[in-house]
Amino acid sequence: MTQKTRTPAVEGWFTLDENDPRLLGTRCTKCENLFFPREETFCRNPACVGTEFEEVKLGRRGRLWSFTNNCYAPPEPYVSPKDPFEPYAIAAVELEEEKMVVLGQVVPGLGTQDLEAGMEMELVLGTLFEDDENEYVVWQWRPTEERSQA
Amino acid sequence: MSSEVAILGAGMHPWGKWGRNFVEYGVHAAREAMKDAGVEWADVQFVAGAETIRNGYPGYVSGASVAQALGWNGAQVTSSYGACASGSQAIATARAQILAGLCDVALVVGADTTPKGFFAPTGGGDRTRDPDWLRFRVLGATNPVYFGLYARRRMELYGATEDDFARVKVKNSRCGADNPYARYKKSFTMEDVLASPMVSDPLRLLQICATSDGGAALVLTSLDYAKKHATDPAKIAGVSTITPQYPNTVIEMPNFSTDSAFGVGVPDTPFRDSIAKPAYEQAGVGPEDMNLAECYDLSSALELDWYENLGLCKPGEAEKLLNDGTTSLGGRVPVNVSGGLGAFGEAIPAQAIAQVCELTWQVRGQAGKRQVEGARAGVTVNQGLFGHGSSVVVKR
Repeated sequence: MTQKTRTPAVEGWFTLDENDPRLLGTRCTKCENLFFPREETFCRNPACVGTEFEEVKLGRRGRLWSFTNNCYAPPEPYVSPKDPFEPYAIAAVELEEEKMVVLGQVVPGLGTQDLEAGMEMELVLGTLFEDDENEYVVWQWRPTEERSQA
Repeated sequence: MSSEVAILGAGMHPWGKWGRNFVEYGVHAAREAMKDAGVEWADVQFVAGAETIRNGYPGYVSGASVAQALGWNGAQVTSSYGACASGSQAIATARAQILAGLCDVALVVGADTTPKGFFAPTGGGDRTRDPDWLRFRVLGATNPVYFGLYARRRMELYGATEDDFARVKVKNSRCGADNPYARYKKSFTMEDVLASPMVSDPLRLLQICATSDGGAALVLTSLDYAKKHATDPAKIAGVSTITPQYPNTVIEMPNFSTDSAFGVGVPDTPFRDSIAKPAYEQAGVGPEDMNLAECYDLSSALELDWYENLGLCKPGEAEKLLNDGTTSLGGRVPVNVSGGLGAFGEAIPAQAIAQVCELTWQVRGQAGKRQVEGARAGVTVNQGLFGHGSSVVVKR
């Protein structure tokens, strides 16, 4: 069997570095405001007319702002990696330095019962879905430690 | 200059899953509103349609689609889109025309026919620059996922419980059972709600609004015109179609992230807290003057957020308002006595108009078993994705 090509689910939104995966945002060179997903045409700071941006790697860790899950399969264009569909959790993680909340799927195997607000989370790479030639890679959130038993 | 316009007529088509052309619901609602107003179609000078995006081209030009179905009468026309806030965009446009002296009589109409199940992006093909397409593809982030995130956040911040969320549904379903236009007429118990299947933790099926067919319409007129047709009519005293201020630090549909608060200070008033303010200010009133409110309960948990965003109480106090009966029929400021989205399900372009229909009937004392005693003033609030705030103050 030939190896499938690892293809980012969205081009340019994150690195494919297994050891240190990072979301890729942009920074306005005029006012230094940060954007993710990447902003590359006009700065969205209303006080800035910047049109030039540099790519920045966002911090890999943050705190869990909130979380939920999908108990039922979302509609297309979502493609389930498993058939039948298996519920999965979604996390909203606040990046400390960037002061920004970023959504992401939670790694498979962890449910909402394994999560609590304020937990430290880190970015990892996972599989969104596969077709015959490609494994579509996506960023996912994973707790850095197990949940304390409340 | 007065910023008020009269609501001479209100009309609706019952919500349901009828599967017919949205224009039928719009025409039905428009005719009901004109009948209520005592205004003939030939007298309508301006038609403001709220768009529906799931019904092809006729939906995008909904004002014209309804006008054509009523029979072209040469009226001026417009169609507005602001997602769930489309209805108030149409109301705002009609009001501006009247206040500018460009017309005396305007028809506002919104109607929708919805597909079964989750809302999904419209149109086909891979649209890798469309955040609404990407959120489904990359995250599977349905609308209930965002509702679930807000609900969990409320639990974490304020100690809200699943019981609190269920109680909202029970409260609203009691009113919905008495509303002839509501889709769901069942009065649910706590057990019913808490036994319904989990959709997006902590929200269960009966705590998430459905998608519905329906139509709502208003006849708005200048105060001078209204004098000839009614004594003491209901009035629109304030309308807000506000956008957020950068940086918006609360995650919003259909986004992957909030704005970064790294470079620019956070605005004094978060987006949702800012939505009703312009409507209150134009009306010269405050939340303490409201006898009732209609808020956008996409989930039962979200209704609690709105109490605070509307200024009905301070942050963290919504559960108290719910549990001490303040927001129930008979309480100091009942919320969603129409039954809310929980009893209606969302017919997107009709919904903000339907909220105003309910307030109109309430301030006229025509709401039957749902009547809030002595109601003279009320406020609506709603929000459409991509940054559309929406609020209307109705008074008598």
